[in-house]
Amino acid sequence: MTTVVDTPRPPLDKAQIREIIARRVARELEDGDFVNLGIGLPTEVPGYLPDGVQVILESENGIVRAGSCDSAQESPYVVNAGGRPASCLVGGAFIDSATSFGLIRGGHMDATVLGALQVDAEGNLANWIIPGKMVPGMGGAMDLVVGARRVIVAMEHTQKGVPKILRRCTLPLTAVACVDLIVTEMAVISVTDAGLVLTEINPAFTVQEVVSATEAALTVADPLVSML
Amino acid sequence: MSTLTGTAGKVVSLEDAIGRVRDGMTVMSGGFMGCGNPHHLVAGLLEAGVRDLTLICTDASRTGYGVAQLVEQRRLRKLVASHVGLNPAVAAQMNAGELEVELVPQGTLAERIRAGGAGLGGVLTPTGLGTPVADGKPVIEVDGRAYLLERPIRADVALITGYRIDLLGNVWYRGTTRNFNTVMATAADLVIAEADHLVAVGTIPPEDVVTPGVLVDLIVEGDELS
Repeated sequence: MTTVVDTPRPPLDKAQIREIIARRVARELEDGDFVNLGIGLPTEVPGYLPDGVQVILESENGIVRAGSCDSAQESPYVVNAGGRPASCLVGGAFIDSATSFGLIRGGHMDATVLGALQVDAEGNLANWIIPGKMVPGMGGAMDLVVGARRVIVAMEHTQKGVPKILRRCTLPLTAVACVDLIVTEMAVISVTDAGLVLTEINPAFTVQEVVSATEAALTVADPLVSML
Repeated sequence: MSTLTGTAGKVVSLEDAIGRVRDGMTVMSGGFMGCGNPHHLVAGLLEAGVRDLTLICTDASRTGYGVAQLVEQRRLRKLVASHVGLNPAVAAQMNAGELEVELVPQGTLAERIRAGGAGLGGVLTPTGLGTPVADGKPVIEVDGRAYLLERPIRADVALITGYRIDLLGNVWYRGTTRNFNTVMATAADLVIAEADHLVAVGTIPPEDVVTPGVLVDLIVEGDELS
């Protein structure tokens, strides 16, 4: 059962929400990390990396050390995992899909950041299908969350007020017990053997508001620090 | 010492190559979101009117581009792919019961095809455990870790593309086009390669050959993509 919560106050617009999440996720990445960023919000993370931190981006369709799409010239020969024009930075490599997923599955990737439809108390992730409604397919997500050393979910805390962080996922899973960290516009939540731990909070919200917007039980860390 | 003698036999017309593809066959196509789809071969399939195909391709591309047209023009009975979200025709035909879709995790698809081409009886992967992908598949434990047994995949015909292909069928890929083309070249009874640029034997240094020509049966000349 899910509960609809009040609209967060003060209301954040979509751009603010994305920036808060992307900025916080960026602090999780370390200089030299080899990472794969999912489509959408995760691709905004590199824009917020602290000074002195550079990561090596993988595009699972076959780029190691992928460059920004913004500056990429359109070419039918080079696209990123979203199918958009892309580039390969100096020192990078173009690889085939078997090699790419060997990198992903083989534990060579420090982290992956991706969105979710649902995450639960055990770190189970659902992000590839809403039966009867949306069947886009899993693409590379199932391999990524099984293979990357760290799995960071970057998403809005609720779906229009309906919790997405649940006691138990109700949608078909992408993988079991794979999520390490959940970053939303309201909070940072760590997945531990003892369940979900609220480690950081956006000071625009109260702990009670975060708890109300979360179906799964949360242990509040002491001290609870600001995520901003 | 001749670089060309006895090798031109692989180069055929688009019509002759596509003439080898029959209704109901299983066809695999390289490409990712259309990048690395063999665009001339796809056009040839459409023109020839071949239908009831099973297509194995990592995605259904995007509306109007590459293999997407095979779905849109209803040439497929079944699609085996990892992602179909950017081609609305797939969901429409799937929901109408007109197209069977088997969704396979992308890395698993690559390895199943690789297994099919490498003489392996399958692959053991942790991907998909505890998800609908695991339904009906054996779980095998190795050194205390659980894996799904995924079966090899082969096709009647593989349609691949390379930027430079020599008359022996040696392939050099440009940019991100190699994606599934490399494994698919190993895993079909007939491999047809589309060459953006057909070059003389020896043009591609041996160190740069990614797909060796022994895997390629027929070559069709295409052109520089724009």
